[in-house]
Amino acid sequence: MKKNFPASVRLTLSLIAAVGVFFLLFWLEGQRTEQGMLISILQKSVILSIAAVSMNLLTGFTGLFSLGQAGFMAIGAYVTGLIAMPVSSVDNVFYVSGMADGLRSFKESLSVLPTPLLITLALLAGGLIAAIFAALVGIPVLRLKSDYLAIATLGFSEIVRAIIAAPQLDRITNGSYGLKAIPGFDSGGGRGSLLIPFGVAVACITFIVLLIRSSYGRAFKAIREDEIAAEAMGIGLFKHKQLAFIISSFFTAISGGLLAMFMRSIDARAFQVTLTYDILLIVVIGGIGSITGSIVGAFLVTFAKEWWLRFFDQPLVINGFKVPLLRTGFRMVVFSIFLMLIVLFYRKGLMGNREFSWYRLLSWPARIGRRKKSLPSGDEEALK
Amino acid sequence: MTFTTFIQHVLTGISLGGAYALIAIGYTMVYGILLLINFAHADIFMMAGYFMIFAMSSMPWFIAIPVVIVVTVALGLAVESVAYKPLRMSPRMSIMISAIGMSYLLQNLAIYLFSALPRAYPVITPLKQSFQIGGVSASLVTILTPVLTIVLVLLLMFLINNTKIGMAMRAVSKDYDTSKLMGIKINRVISFTFIIGSALAAIGSILYFTDRMSVTPFSGILPGLKCFVAAVLGGIGSIPGAVIGGFFIGISETFLVALGYSTFSDAFTFLLLIVILIFRPTGLLGEAITEKV
Amino acid sequence: MTRKEMTNGRPDTAKVLVTENLTMQFGGVVAVDKLNVVVHEGEIVALIGPNGAGKTTAFNVITGVYTPTNGRVRLFDRIIAENRPRGKMKALYKGDDAGQYKDDVVLTPDKITKLGVARTFQNIRLFKSLSVFENVLIAHHTNLKAGVLRATFGLNRKEEKDMHEKSMELLSIVGLDHLADEVSGSLPYGMQRRLEIARALATEPKLLLLDEPAAGMNPQETLDLMAFIRDIKDRFGLTIFMIEHHMNLVMGISDRIYVIDFGRQIAEGTPVEIQANPDVIRAYLGVDE
Ligand SMILES: Nc1ncnc2c1ncn2[C@@H]1O[C@H](COP(=O)(O)OP(=O)(O)OP(=O)(O)O)[C@@H](O)[C@H]1O
Ligand SMILES: [Mg+2]
Repeated sequence: MKKNFPASVRLTLSLIAAVGVFFLLFWLEGQRTEQGMLISILQKSVILSIAAVSMNLLTGFTGLFSLGQAGFMAIGAYVTGLIAMPVSSVDNVFYVSGMADGLRSFKESLSVLPTPLLITLALLAGGLIAAIFAALVGIPVLRLKSDYLAIATLGFSEIVRAIIAAPQLDRITNGSYGLKAIPGFDSGGGRGSLLIPFGVAVACITFIVLLIRSSYGRAFKAIREDEIAAEAMGIGLFKHKQLAFIISSFFTAISGGLLAMFMRSIDARAFQVTLTYDILLIVVIGGIGSITGSIVGAFLVTFAKEWWLRFFDQPLVINGFKVPLLRTGFRMVVFSIFLMLIVLFYRKGLMGNREFSWYRLLSWPARIGRRKKSLPSGDEEALK
Repeated sequence: MTFTTFIQHVLTGISLGGAYALIAIGYTMVYGILLLINFAHADIFMMAGYFMIFAMSSMPWFIAIPVVIVVTVALGLAVESVAYKPLRMSPRMSIMISAIGMSYLLQNLAIYLFSALPRAYPVITPLKQSFQIGGVSASLVTILTPVLTIVLVLLLMFLINNTKIGMAMRAVSKDYDTSKLMGIKINRVISFTFIIGSALAAIGSILYFTDRMSVTPFSGILPGLKCFVAAVLGGIGSIPGAVIGGFFIGISETFLVALGYSTFSDAFTFLLLIVILIFRPTGLLGEAITEKV
Repeated sequence: MTRKEMTNGRPDTAKVLVTENLTMQFGGVVAVDKLNVVVHEGEIVALIGPNGAGKTTAFNVITGVYTPTNGRVRLFDRIIAENRPRGKMKALYKGDDAGQYKDDVVLTPDKITKLGVARTFQNIRLFKSLSVFENVLIAHHTNLKAGVLRATFGLNRKEEKDMHEKSMELLSIVGLDHLADEVSGSLPYGMQRRLEIARALATEPKLLLLDEPAAGMNPQETLDLMAFIRDIKDRFGLTIFMIEHHMNLVMGISDRIYVIDFGRQIAEGTPVEIQANPDVIRAYLGVDE
């Protein structure tokens, strides 16, 4: 049933593709002035793909429905931003009430580190802090029916946002002014605007894929399929749900950290519930339960939203005729209708729960041909 | 805090709590029957705010209010039949995603139709009349909200305990499958639940926004979240529970704001949810049910 | 209790499972009422009774799915569940010997499985969209030694390989090895039941609880199943406690039988004794007293 090429062939194909992509990205990085838009959309796509894959680990593989993505991304973004921001910019950014002394001296002691190391550390710290929050939120919530997880994480996410913007935390988060002067991907030496986010994404997603393929990943799937049976097979529900939730939040925060580096300046409004919904849209379109789907979905949705369907938001006049409906906000209406259509009529999304395989990809043209050929006979059936 | 300011805050809190209670009933009833968190409920409440803005621009308030209630009920029914009815037999996850999709759609629709900028909520003159009792001043809406809430809830309880459709509702929320076998028309019961929930949300929205004075497409999110917590606090599925929860959250929130912790008043709701889930997951008036295996 | 040991004539064998006054009450419904069961090592014991008698509920309490309302469950002299009516249940409780059990022991089902109890379900609960092979493989996770990171980075290759081999072996024992890659939910009913047994065996249990393993099988399949149960019992050194309605199977395979009706234990004995017991006959024929 599962046809595929031998492992050596698959490995070779993958290597060739990886090298190809590497050089393509490397070349594209150099074309910043000509391809600025493409580069920035690719960056955003790959960042969101991490968040989407992390969400899928919960939703698609463990059967847990969490809506805290924006909150965990906010934690990642703020921690990364605060640690990675150069000490020299602190006074400029915190011009209203200044930075808390403890935080400032902590940053000064870190400033001996070379930038790449500092950024790595910043991303990891964001992930770890998010993981700790996930563990704390998970303790009460993961023991109960899974709808409580959805509402509790949604609440958590909104609270994180409210607290970040709270005037009481002005000297840490800079309140409603947000963080600025966050180093971008190319701050190390001019290169890396694509290779860095892609590299991080490959590392994160590879980890999640390996996890899913391990015995723990199988235990997650068992929980998704039937909690009672999983428990009867000796799989501790709380322990494994907690594990999936913590790991997912860790990587979501890494994605948030990258987002901060991508945006260069962030404030609490960037992490509204709509961000979570955007990621959910990606997961649902790609296929709940397919890592490949989430990655493809992230690129597809981001490209459609930021580029191909931009014109939806612009009033358009052709020969004096004003095209109806097109104006600010129409794009998102179309996206939300699209989400509903998929949920209602095509629940599998692009990939269902299938994953990428070289065999499927390369035999695609052949399969399409076959389907076309078999169409007439289908028509005959219909005529009878 | 002097005694008069204390009374002032109590009044404000009770008033806010009344509006929360009306919205929380919508959550608790739908959850009781469909075991679904109706994420779109908060956005129906938000939409009701916009409906009122438009209704008041062309009609007097006493016509606008019933019109808004009817339109909101229609929206609630539409959401039910588009997003939930086709998925009755689907896995829970799909229904939940559909609920969120609906919420997302309503928010985006509101941005598209009314823009993301706040819109001024119309003044319903009689509601804004203010009273002066001792040192305490209050507008009619502040006094009317809790009274109206209690009256509506008593009416609702009467309906549920004494009419045929009310008994059907109770039966369905006790045991969905058996009620279906007994020939109860589940779809009618569900539609009825959405009618009541949306009508109460519309009334709650008028009371809530009259005090807030503006509406944005995101106005529903936080009150929605708080009202869901109110429903959990009271015991999800229990109408009196939702009312108690609504008042409790309304009053505590008002006092936190009065003490200068306005941002943390939201965090408080969330902490409350966590505390309830740890110590009493069935809420104050809810009953534990053991799932059959 | 001493009486039971003597009637069995085997006072020496270890007791695997003991339930003491085990009671499970849902609201006002007493599903299991003072159940006292002893299962010795190496025995096949059956639990029978009319529909709704409380058999499945008894299994659910033993495996930790429900916390009993009152009473105690011991597994190899270790208490795995103990409770007394508390809170609201105090007022609702219909039994009399409440308060006798002072400790509250609550173990989640996975802990009890780890202690050596595995089960199948009356209304088959496979991981439906996963393959036959994965169903068995997952059950081996119980005894996994590697932590998350080790397992994720594939540093427990030997362990993984063992798990795969053992799973395949179990599948061939139950005769499903040729269907390893099929989606488990698409198997015919009888095969799903066998797969559930294989999956339970993969947790390496000492005590196996079977809830109506022959349900929906024809007489020939039932005979095969009987031989199969004996075979796995010997091969894995199991003790078996099972619920079954097929009287041929029950009488043919059991060392001892417990009969319950409306949650109450009404008889206990060898198949021959049970067949002659007037109370049992009355319960099954539904004659009123
Ligand atoms: N979670 C629960 N909540 C309420 N009542 C329950 C629950 N589980 C079981 N019961 C009730 O307990 C009684 C015993 O049910 P149980 O399933 O144990 O019977 P059984 O002996 O296994 O019957 P069968 O032979 O039909 O499988 C029934 O009346 C059932 O309705
Ligand atoms: Mg049963």
